[in-house]
Amino acid sequence: MPGMVENRPWLTVLAHAILIAGVCLVAFPLYITFVASTLTLEQIVQVPMPLVPGDQLFENYSRALTAGSERGAHAPVGRMMFNSFVMAMSIAFGKIAISIIASFAIVYFRFPLRNFFFWMIFVTLMLPVEVRIIPTYKVAADLHMLDTYVGLTLPLIASATATFLFRQFFMTIPDELAEAARMDGAGPLRFFWDVVLPLSKTSIAALFVIQFIYGWNQYLWPLLVTTQESMYTTVIGIKRMITSGDQLTEWNLVMATAILAMLPPAAVVILMQRWFVRGLVETEK
Amino acid sequence: MADIALRNVRKSYAKQEVVHGVDAAIADGEFIVIVGPSGCGKSTLLRMIAGLETITSGEIAIGGKVVNEVEPKDRNIAMVFQNYALYPHMTVYENMSYGLRIRRLPREEINARVQRAAKILELAPFLQRRPRELSGGQRQRVAMGRAIVREPAAFLFDEPLSNLDAKLRVQMRLEIQKLHRELRTTSIFVTHDQVEAMTLADRMIVMHAGVVEQVGRPIEVYDDPNSLFVAGFIGSPAMNFLPGKRQGDEVALAGSPLHVPLPAPLRASAPEAIVVGVRPEHLVAGEGGTVFRFKVETVEALGADSLVHGAFGDATVVARVDGHHTPALGDELAFGAMPGKLYFFDAATGKRLRP
Repeated sequence: MPGMVENRPWLTVLAHAILIAGVCLVAFPLYITFVASTLTLEQIVQVPMPLVPGDQLFENYSRALTAGSERGAHAPVGRMMFNSFVMAMSIAFGKIAISIIASFAIVYFRFPLRNFFFWMIFVTLMLPVEVRIIPTYKVAADLHMLDTYVGLTLPLIASATATFLFRQFFMTIPDELAEAARMDGAGPLRFFWDVVLPLSKTSIAALFVIQFIYGWNQYLWPLLVTTQESMYTTVIGIKRMITSGDQLTEWNLVMATAILAMLPPAAVVILMQRWFVRGLVETEK
Repeated sequence: MADIALRNVRKSYAKQEVVHGVDAAIADGEFIVIVGPSGCGKSTLLRMIAGLETITSGEIAIGGKVVNEVEPKDRNIAMVFQNYALYPHMTVYENMSYGLRIRRLPREEINARVQRAAKILELAPFLQRRPRELSGGQRQRVAMGRAIVREPAAFLFDEPLSNLDAKLRVQMRLEIQKLHRELRTTSIFVTHDQVEAMTLADRMIVMHAGVVEQVGRPIEVYDDPNSLFVAGFIGSPAMNFLPGKRQGDEVALAGSPLHVPLPAPLRASAPEAIVVGVRPEHLVAGEGGTVFRFKVETVEALGADSLVHGAFGDATVVARVDGHHTPALGDELAFGAMPGKLYFFDAATGKRLRP
């Protein structure tokens, strides 16, 4: 719509200036984090801190990944990232698997109290982890799930949001498709595998991105259920590296860890972006 | 190949009965069209035959076997849906072969059947395409192909042409006719379009408000309708209806001085309130027989012929005239009903008066 664009150069310049300022505002802290992760500790504590990257990039990152900080928590960040990865993947796949089956049942089967169960699931939206954290901790402790991957992930897997999203998506699939499959002789499970699941591909991809990031960024729950350093997640690791006593925090390592913690979610978003776009463009059902 | 029998079939949702006892016997190889306005229960009836709806009471038998409790997949039937219901993520080949793969037919057999159906339906070049890459007519053909490859005892069509544009609808109608001549599979075709019913059916079942109004060959139903509803529904434009009162051996039409003589065989039993019906195509310009005079109010020129509308008594009348002899608006015209082409109905019950 070229007619709608006002052709006044100074307006364009102003618009760009505002946008660039916005980008700088968001990007500057990230840049500082990156710069700090390439300096020595002595350089960081100088006032003012240098604003150009130093030459310690490789050393800082390799030390963080393999050894970790000598002060505060000692676990290597490589191990923590593995823990975070296991946790994020388990939560993402667990949530998708459970909620897609739950919504399939709710949409395609008529059983007593169907709507009641749907609303029960929906109501749990109002009960995030933080609200039910003490009873959940008690249950996890009694089941000996502390310091295990199961304890880290299982209590976070039930998802009303994902169930709701899949339900909405399934309701847009025409009923005739289910009927055609019935006439073709496909039972409910066959219909689920052969028709519903392939059609849900883009929804699954979108949910995966959201849930992976949700799982990766979990803070409060892993802080409670993990006591051994070998079970720490990256986000907890950052917190534990910051010492509170008279020892000086190794900010260069903390900042390297922060950068490392940002990479996997960013990678997931970038890799899955294509699917997102497809999900938005593809309208055929 | 099989015959299908419906015996006092009823359907209720909650307390509301929507199909009120349908009886029909469909012969092996016959093409039956169930026609009626929307909400008359025709689709529900078809879905009961398919097994997608439960049968509240009565019996449906396919090939002599009662199927009330049989799963759709075990009824040996195939269905074509109004919106085609193709699997969007599968290719045409996969769509057509899906049912056969579930039945675990040998791969060569599946391939042979799909290729044969693709050839009949001229789909061979599109087998590797997905439904969204096809036109409406091609999708329709894939839906029929999916039914054909099953080699079922009967085809069920649920308004399969209503999503197509007018030109394609005519073309697909001819193709379905041709297909039925080749395959000779028992077919039940549901539609609200009386033209489809007239052109496709060996016999048609006219339904209204959950009840079968009439069953018969299309031309029989057209020539000899059982009720006001059938007379008005079959034939386009619809039959003209002129309400009147009986006066001795004649019917005095409301709002008009015209008296229509009752045929001798009807005189004994004719009621007080009577509706006289005459089809637009049975009104001939000029005097002779029962003559209807009216002033031309509207003319619809269709090319081959024109429809002339006018007020007659308390009703409006439509006559079909030759397209090249279209009268001017406001002309006062006389039309004579062809001999034997006047229909008499009981206004109270809507039933045709029979001797």
